[in-house]
Amino acid sequence: MNHLPLIIKREYLTKVKNKSFIIMTILSPLIMIALIAVVAYLSQLNNNKERTIAILDDSGFVSSIFKDTENTKYEILQEVSLEDAKKQVEEKEQYGLLYVSKPDETKNVVGSVRFYSEDTPSLTIMAGLERKLEKRLTDLKLELDGVDTEKIKSSKTNITIDQESFTGEKTSKIDNVLKLAFGGIAGYLLFMFIIIYGNMIMRSVIEEKTSRIIEIIISSVKPVQLMLGKIIGTSLAGITQFAIWVILGGVAMTILSAIFGVSLTEMQTPQQEIVQQAMQSPEAQDQIKMAMTAFYNLPIANLIIAFLFFFIGGYLLYSSLYAAIGAAVDNETDTQQFMLPILMPLILAVYVGVFTVIEDPHGTVSTVFSFIPFTSPVVMLMRIPFGVPIWQQIVSLALLTGTFMFTVWFAAKIYRVGILMYGKKPSYKELFKWIKY
Amino acid sequence: MNNLLVTDSVSKNFGNFKALNNVSISVPRGSIFGLLGPNGAGKTTFIRIINQITMPDTGSVMLDGEALKPEHVKDIGYLPEERGLYKSMKVGEQALYLAQLKGLSHSEAKKRLKYWFDRLEIGDWWNKKIQELSKGMAQKIQFVVTVLHEPKLLIFDEPFSGFDPINANLIKDEILRLRDKGATVIFSTHRMESVEELCDNIALIHKSNKILDGKLIDIKRQYKTNTFEVGLVTNNEQAVIKSINEKFETSQTDFKSINDDLKINIKLKNGESANDLISFLSNKAQINHFVELVPSANDIFIQSVKNH
Repeated sequence: MNHLPLIIKREYLTKVKNKSFIIMTILSPLIMIALIAVVAYLSQLNNNKERTIAILDDSGFVSSIFKDTENTKYEILQEVSLEDAKKQVEEKEQYGLLYVSKPDETKNVVGSVRFYSEDTPSLTIMAGLERKLEKRLTDLKLELDGVDTEKIKSSKTNITIDQESFTGEKTSKIDNVLKLAFGGIAGYLLFMFIIIYGNMIMRSVIEEKTSRIIEIIISSVKPVQLMLGKIIGTSLAGITQFAIWVILGGVAMTILSAIFGVSLTEMQTPQQEIVQQAMQSPEAQDQIKMAMTAFYNLPIANLIIAFLFFFIGGYLLYSSLYAAIGAAVDNETDTQQFMLPILMPLILAVYVGVFTVIEDPHGTVSTVFSFIPFTSPVVMLMRIPFGVPIWQQIVSLALLTGTFMFTVWFAAKIYRVGILMYGKKPSYKELFKWIKY
Repeated sequence: MNNLLVTDSVSKNFGNFKALNNVSISVPRGSIFGLLGPNGAGKTTFIRIINQITMPDTGSVMLDGEALKPEHVKDIGYLPEERGLYKSMKVGEQALYLAQLKGLSHSEAKKRLKYWFDRLEIGDWWNKKIQELSKGMAQKIQFVVTVLHEPKLLIFDEPFSGFDPINANLIKDEILRLRDKGATVIFSTHRMESVEELCDNIALIHKSNKILDGKLIDIKRQYKTNTFEVGLVTNNEQAVIKSINEKFETSQTDFKSINDDLKINIKLKNGESANDLISFLSNKAQINHFVELVPSANDIFIQSVKNH
């Protein structure tokens, strides 16, 4: 008798109807969005604070370069001693005092540069001031040496290397970033999915054991059926949750931008100014166009198909192991010992994916790891956007399929014996003995 | 065919541990069969083999003349000793689910559940969760789920544990009623008084071996020692005891009596009958009490386990 649909239905419905599941599903995206909104708001608050920096320029060469912006005002001090200037800045509670001393020799243009302030000044402000001074001083020195700065400016060239594969596909750096993002998201999604829903399967197995309903159930169905039903039912619940998250997230983002959209453009932060200016330059528009074509150049069909297969294969591989762990123990605290060997290859896969695929997507390390079944789903998904030969994908998928069939068989063996074992936590040795029962 | 279930030389090992060693039993159709044995004897393993939860290493199991196969699941109702229900699932949903796993359709399961819930007066529990019910209440639901699909073979492992006397009686009557309607029952318990009361046949498993089986009455006949418990009233106790001791093997005993009796167990030799004893005694004293000592299931259990 095939009870699989019945079991899947029960597993799905109990998961979906569960109160904590519903709360998690609805609250998680809202919490995420609230968090993003708070962070955005706080960073704006910080940037919007107006500060005044006093400049005391004894050299007389640099004071002209400081122009007020919306958030930063400059006060040029004249004919005061350094000590008086410091006192004055402190009394006015200004941000700080930039002091440029007279040079010892004329060809140095300026002497030492020092910033006095009550608290340690922010890194970005220091970097900004340094950049301004450097540019000004370089120009001045060039002028002193009799070089025409206009000529230097006009001779400046920007180079972007156009990339093209032998088959004629045009690529660019943006292309690589996009590919990395795609692969990274796919791999990470699988990683998260396995951990969240694998745990859910494990808990559900333990629950059946501790409530002692298990013997009643398996007098009607085969343990393997029960296990597969659990895995599939829980995964469907997981997919439902993910889908709701995506939809809710999308809706919430639209609402949020509708509400805050106007005010966001009104309250421009310095970063936004820079970004906007950059966007208007013809160079950037070119890049956006290139990103769009890069997106269309991605092997989209291959990506989607490979994503489906590797996702399902990888997920089945790991979730059957989670089910076996659940069957082997009596309570969640005992699972730790068995979790490590499962988590290790998963974490390794993510690290290999992140560090070696970026460096060289077709290098030895990433190629090898994209064949090893326990790491291949994550690593291969990260590699595929960079174009992996179909034969490699098929071989890797075949290895993965073989392995997951083995782990499902192995897990079913452990499961079959484990669900009827109570009391002591088994050792690895005992687990392997169970296979022969 | 008279036997619903026949097992032939069933053996099962777990690693180096022998859980069952060549166990052959026959369960007559329409009877209540007591499966007895000390803790850890192998009863649960045996029951799990019948339920196809565990597969035997060697030997065969025949149900209704056919070798055991997956379809037989719907012919068997099993109430395990370690039993429970989903804690956070509603009673009705859960009972429906379990009934459907036994092959009933949704509507049929619902109809039968309604009948049983009304019968046991638990109809208003339908929408409750198991965690809101007491242990005894949950046991009632487990009982209903076990018998709902009207299986040919019912297996109860300690069915009365957790019940108060009233409910235990209710369940006992239901089991007898199901037997009368044609079901065959395998009944595993440590409570010997219910074995005495319910079982027609028994098998005793000890240290993975079957050491005894057959009709309970036959076994009792086999185990009886031809001993009689008598109560005598006499003026000359010493002389009576002396003359009895000369002729028979005796031992002391005690029972409740309104008289000041001389209480004594007398064991007859082979070939001697109760009538011989009565005529011997009636000459010496007044007989107030005369009972044949028939071994109880409890005695048989303890004796045969000790002897092995």
